[in-house]
Amino acid sequence: MPEYEIVIGLETHIQLNTETKIFCACKADSWEEEPNTNICPVCSGLPGVLPVPNAAVAEKAVLLAQAMNAEVQTDSYFDRKNYFYPDLPKGYQITQYDQPIATGGYLDLPMGDYTRRVEIEKLHIEEDAGKTKKEGNRRFIDFNRCGVPLIEMVTGPNLRSADEAAEYLIRLRQLLRWLNISEANMEKAHLRADANVSIRLKGEDKLNTKTEIKNVNSIEAVRTAIQKEAKRQIKEVEDGNDIKPWTLDWDEDTEMLSKMRSKETEADYRHFKEPDLLKVHVDQAWQDRILKDFPELPLARRQRFVDEYQLPAYDADILTNERSLSDYFEQAVKAYDGDVKRVSNWMINDIQRMLNESGKMAGELKLKPEYLAEIIQLVDSKKVNNPTGKSLLDKVESTGKSPQEIVEAEGLGQVSDTGAIREIAQAIVDENPDQVEKYLGGKDGLIGWFVGQVMQKSQGKANPNMAREILLEIFSEK
Amino acid sequence: MSNFLETSLAELQTGLRNRDFSSRELTEFFLNRIDEKDGEIKAFLSLAPKKALKKAEEADKRFASGDENLPPLLGIPLAVKDVLAVEGLPATAGSKILEGFMPPYTSTAVSKLLDAGMIVLGKTNTDEFAMGSSTENSAYFTSRNPWDTSRVPGGSSGGSAASVASQMAPFALGTDTGGSVRQPAAFCGVTGLKPTYGRVSRYGLIAYGSSLDSVGVFGRSAADSAALFSVMAGKDPLDATSLDMPVPEINLNGSTNLKGMKIGVPKEYFVEGIQAAVEEKVREAIKQFESLGAEIIDVQLPHTQYAVPVYYLIAPAEASANLARFDGVRYGLRVENDDVIEMVKESRGAGFGEEVKRRIMLGTYALSSGYYDAYYGQAQKVRTLIQNDFLEVYKTVDMIAAPVAPTTAFKIGMHTDDPLAMYLEDVYTLPANLAGVPGLAFPVGFDQKNLPIGMQLMGRHFEEEKLFHAVHAYQNDTNWHTKSPKV
Repeated sequence: MPEYEIVIGLETHIQLNTETKIFCACKADSWEEEPNTNICPVCSGLPGVLPVPNAAVAEKAVLLAQAMNAEVQTDSYFDRKNYFYPDLPKGYQITQYDQPIATGGYLDLPMGDYTRRVEIEKLHIEEDAGKTKKEGNRRFIDFNRCGVPLIEMVTGPNLRSADEAAEYLIRLRQLLRWLNISEANMEKAHLRADANVSIRLKGEDKLNTKTEIKNVNSIEAVRTAIQKEAKRQIKEVEDGNDIKPWTLDWDEDTEMLSKMRSKETEADYRHFKEPDLLKVHVDQAWQDRILKDFPELPLARRQRFVDEYQLPAYDADILTNERSLSDYFEQAVKAYDGDVKRVSNWMINDIQRMLNESGKMAGELKLKPEYLAEIIQLVDSKKVNNPTGKSLLDKVESTGKSPQEIVEAEGLGQVSDTGAIREIAQAIVDENPDQVEKYLGGKDGLIGWFVGQVMQKSQGKANPNMAREILLEIFSEK
Repeated sequence: MSNFLETSLAELQTGLRNRDFSSRELTEFFLNRIDEKDGEIKAFLSLAPKKALKKAEEADKRFASGDENLPPLLGIPLAVKDVLAVEGLPATAGSKILEGFMPPYTSTAVSKLLDAGMIVLGKTNTDEFAMGSSTENSAYFTSRNPWDTSRVPGGSSGGSAASVASQMAPFALGTDTGGSVRQPAAFCGVTGLKPTYGRVSRYGLIAYGSSLDSVGVFGRSAADSAALFSVMAGKDPLDATSLDMPVPEINLNGSTNLKGMKIGVPKEYFVEGIQAAVEEKVREAIKQFESLGAEIIDVQLPHTQYAVPVYYLIAPAEASANLARFDGVRYGLRVENDDVIEMVKESRGAGFGEEVKRRIMLGTYALSSGYYDAYYGQAQKVRTLIQNDFLEVYKTVDMIAAPVAPTTAFKIGMHTDDPLAMYLEDVYTLPANLAGVPGLAFPVGFDQKNLPIGMQLMGRHFEEEKLFHAVHAYQNDTNWHTKSPKV
């Protein structure tokens, strides 16, 4: 069998996390609302009312354009896309067509040993339509989602595997959250992705007939669906059949693709400029204001963590997964002033755990990054031992007090006074003649038990290494 | 009861303020007049007598309260074209598809007038979705011209124009997309303003051609209309295309001399097809403006001949989208069918009239892939040329004088079998809509059949005030606007 290559383009719809809808004052998010309770005359298409643009939508689009290396257009326009559907209340969707808010752009995907450049073919803002549910012969329409602001972003046919497609969505989701553009939750349809899939012989550069996969609602499902569809296409071609330009519906429960009703003719949407809205004018001053605090992006930061801090790629990935965690880490590094890998370990092992347990963002912790640095320093300087250091994390988080304060108030300082430790060790040895005999009889492993006893008696404050040395000293004298 | 026929706004305001008569008396007078005359004129689609009288009583209480800060139009009745939403009143847009529809909001133009104290008497007849020049396209009935009830009142705001001409209302609101205020004003012998595009909010106006639609006003004189206009005008946060331009408080006292004013007369508006009496009376009026001190200058608007085809591509194209929302799903007429697409088709088929369907098809065609460039795209380019004609002429003149319509009111049924002949009725009014400039229509005489003849002054963008000054000066010197039909 010849070697095939998969060619994938992704069409994404991103629900923006603005306060209000794109053209009216209804709340943008209706997830928790009863059907048809978050609507008004504007978004439900009553006659005579007019759309009023929400500036926050353009601002979020500018942020995304900047992140995708796209060029923001000073003047862009809304258009009407005309088609009849019961859940499209005006009979047209207000979208952007030939003069969108941004053009061009790309995203470089790190794929381990290579980088995949994904070109952006389309980036525009538009309103969402409603939802239709069919039950037998009846249709139920929920207009809540009408007028929810979306960015439609379409990639070129640049992705070459299901993994690359999944990676693109993972990186896009990360960016959207990083820039506070969208909650980007695929299960809640904040991020929707349709995949255009075709195959060709490896080495060819023509584009063959593609199919479009719709209604996939998780990144894993995108990966699986593409794999299945590529496999099907390869089999068809191997069997000597043509690929038909089907639209395929993904069934979440059965993990199967099925053919949707095919369009007989290409739809004619009769786009024309929306006369109810003025052009979207993003002048330099506004653009500067929007981009004033534009942050370092996750992939760039990930690379910097590797270059600047010599962190393993694994660590860098985790520490740039989410912006709040990443900023926290950098602040802790700054305050710590020592081996960055130490901070990384504490972050990945301990802070992550605390965040998972509390459901908080790193920036919401009472355990400020400076406190984390302080705790690591206390351990480094042997002022507290490691277990005490770890226990300080939760103590600081629950009280909001500084680690130093807690150490002093609770007398947690590590005992490094040889005399005090020797006294405890001697007592343990005296109290446990049987164990001493066993040890001296060759059961070397018991040294750990003796250290544990010293630690217990000192309420965890004894320096365990010193305890071990002193115990060995005592035994050598026997 | 007092007789309020032929009273000016100023007289009504003074009388109410001095409590020579009450708002209730005034409102009752017009409601009674409607009772008596509207059976013949058929200007109103729906009436709100109880609400109107209740509002009138509230107004009277305010007059009696000694409040110094009374709103300017308190207690004065108004008729509203049925394409403008008024909360709690039906809004049919003259269509069966909206029969029974009650909008839960009020159009901004109306709500500003309500805030200023006005009282809505009822909603007036219109060609369906404002598509027409005679009210013959109303799904309900044809309104009559009060000067000759065998003739049309003009359209599409024919009900509003007829209500003011027959004095069933002292004021009425209309809308003007291609002449729908000015042409019925001319046919009925009243004064009607189409403001600059973007000057008066379109919020609550059931859209026909969104880039052309404007909300205008009918009154018995320029002075009366100006008072309503300055209340209605201004930036509205609910209409993104309304512009933030200062709204002048129009004071017409002393505008009797037009010295320094330059009025252009375009030769393209006096061509074959114009009724002789119309040309004669308009030219007479232009002479009158000259005698009032204005300088009359011949000008050219060379792309005028394209206004009809350009308009009849752009307006139907926009309408084809604007009317897509009437699908039987959420409100208005629904013809039940188990298949939802069939339900939409049948509802629209049953709900829309012939002319509306014709324009939806024209517009859909003009926007279709493969035809867009030749039709809609080309029309947009020529629209720019028409706009440029005006901007060029306004470098040398303050305003343009022209007839409103080539003829006086025509007989009911005369053009109903020939839509193209009906479209040509709009030839003088369309350019102002395509250019977005204001136009003020007013009566300048009568033809041999005693039918009113109107003319219009078209001004620079946002210079409605100058138009009011000029027409006020003219009306100060003539009495055409005071003539009333014997109904």
